[in-house]
Amino acid sequence: MRFGKNWKFKITPFRILLIIFVLIAAAAALYRFVYGLGAVTNLSDEWPWGLWIGFDLLCGIALAGGGFSTALIVHVLHKDKYLPIARAALLTSLIGYIIAMVSLFLDIGRWFNFWRPFFYWGYHSVLFEVFWCISLYTTVQVLEFGDIFFEKVKCAPLKKILGYAMTPMLILGIVLPSLHQSSLGSLYIVAVDRLYPLWWSMLIPFFFVWSAFFLGPAMVTVEGTLAARAYKREPEMHIFESLTKVTLFMMIIYLIVKIVDLVYRGVLSMAFNGSFESNMFLIEMIVFVIVPIIMYSITSIRTKLWGVLTASILVVAGVIFNRMNVVFTGMAGAMGGHYFPTIWEWLITIGMWSGLVLMYCFVVENFPILPKEEHAHGSGVSYGAGFHA
Amino acid sequence: MSKGVLVDITRCIACRSCMVSCKSWNDLPSNPSTFSNNWDSPGKIDSNNWTVVTNHIIEEGDQIKWRFVKKQCMHCLEPACESACFTHAFVKTKEGAVIYKPTELNQDYCVGCRYCMIACPFGVPSFQWEKAFPYVQKCRFCYDRMKEEGMEPACVTSCPTGALKYGDREELLAEARTRIEQIPGYVNHIYGEKEYGGTSWIYISDVPFEKLGFRTNVSEKSIPSYTWDVLKWTPLIFFGWGAILTAMRAYTKRRAEVHNEAEMYAPVDDE
Repeated sequence: MRFGKNWKFKITPFRILLIIFVLIAAAAALYRFVYGLGAVTNLSDEWPWGLWIGFDLLCGIALAGGGFSTALIVHVLHKDKYLPIARAALLTSLIGYIIAMVSLFLDIGRWFNFWRPFFYWGYHSVLFEVFWCISLYTTVQVLEFGDIFFEKVKCAPLKKILGYAMTPMLILGIVLPSLHQSSLGSLYIVAVDRLYPLWWSMLIPFFFVWSAFFLGPAMVTVEGTLAARAYKREPEMHIFESLTKVTLFMMIIYLIVKIVDLVYRGVLSMAFNGSFESNMFLIEMIVFVIVPIIMYSITSIRTKLWGVLTASILVVAGVIFNRMNVVFTGMAGAMGGHYFPTIWEWLITIGMWSGLVLMYCFVVENFPILPKEEHAHGSGVSYGAGFHA
Repeated sequence: MSKGVLVDITRCIACRSCMVSCKSWNDLPSNPSTFSNNWDSPGKIDSNNWTVVTNHIIEEGDQIKWRFVKKQCMHCLEPACESACFTHAFVKTKEGAVIYKPTELNQDYCVGCRYCMIACPFGVPSFQWEKAFPYVQKCRFCYDRMKEEGMEPACVTSCPTGALKYGDREELLAEARTRIEQIPGYVNHIYGEKEYGGTSWIYISDVPFEKLGFRTNVSEKSIPSYTWDVLKWTPLIFFGWGAILTAMRAYTKRRAEVHNEAEMYAPVDDE
């Protein structure tokens, strides 16, 4: 399908399916806005936060962590060999944040009041920091993307202005997500005595931001492989392999700090008390932290596409698993009652993630996001001296 | 002086007058109730039941004790809900009531995010799930009565056994201590004196609190102070981390930069 002479969007059966999911979700969302949360969700006083906050928001934002970790590596440390993935990471991150904002908007009961925190400052709330940082960071990402947008849609003056603003925006684009990725963890500090002690810690902000950061390279690997497969391109294997060093190093630190924290708080033994929580915690740590660490540290695994991909999928799944444990497993004992999302909650979630895929496809097919193919092949190709701010 | 209520669990007979008077003063709709195993229907607080009396059957050897606990907002001295709200929709008044501004003061700031419900250690704030534009609901310590007429809350007025006593919190604490010392049988614990930094509603009992559905051995530090321990670092991280990043970016930047990005990337041609 073409719109005008510059825009195109290929229609495949799979994409039609995704579009149907999006339409169903849109209809369900409309119903929710008219009839309220009780009509479409299984949320209750015991479970005020469910799938949309736990999965779409917390995981969506965490998975978008590729944006800020790549920005730090490429634009602050100027590791130019990673430039080919920089724009794709920015794009995924931007779409991830849009999904998170949409799900937040769906989830708040008095949605017409969504702008209130800009004016009535509850600065003593962690959520206040999260709200401001996410809003500002989404704006920053839109502006960063504007730089790419105006490469296609020619508008020299705007592009020039954005060029000047790029350095502060890049810095903000790392500081803001660092703050709110950690704050998403700090949200659960209020749950002292209620969130299971294996997860509750004053260090939870550190665990959240650190895991969002090391998730970044893994996410880039997974998404890069998917994109390469979808578009029949060569996966950027040398970049994926090289990125494993970042993830590996950070995951080892994560594991050490986690253990030290448990020992310091005297709750290490709770990991082995056989309860549901302890088993979930052990799965989280062994399958999703220790196994990827081992896989990443073995050269013969890390240099193969299947190896690096499997380990990266484990890392991505592990961060989702961790967030789910904090929101659901860890809180279940204290909150009582039970919660399982309704079909509508699932459909809206599926629709949002389908929308993400469609947006990604549309943007990479119309904007210069992925590297030109001939660059992707040659390993010794110079990408110039670097990204110009 | 900040007001409070002393709940003496030994004196409660589960007549539920407090529940009825709460509903009538606050004009809350009645819900059809169902029988439950221990007869304490509805058993938990919700948006139409701001106070409930829960029943507890406690077996001690061959003796069976039946105890009844009135539950409502504890009106924390440093409320978690107030600190958790990012539009400051809750406020602790100087009289001691923790009130929700949208319904109490007609200041409709509430976004409906329900973080207050996550934050409250007593699981008090409830949501009007069935409404299209729901409010958060909870006991407001009959703030209207307290503020304008100096009257005690409706539930206290209607309590026939003196299980509820309204007054200055400090005096009530002293009275609670006197009762514990002078009348045999009380557990030596005033629930709410120190829990989460203290609450305006305090309880004394002759049965250990953990058997009555109270969470004991909890933090004596208030939840807002936990949060603040983390949040106070925000400006430092913002500027410090920003400065570090700027410095690193300047340091690693090469001198001769060639802007060739436009040639590096291209739209995917998938046709």
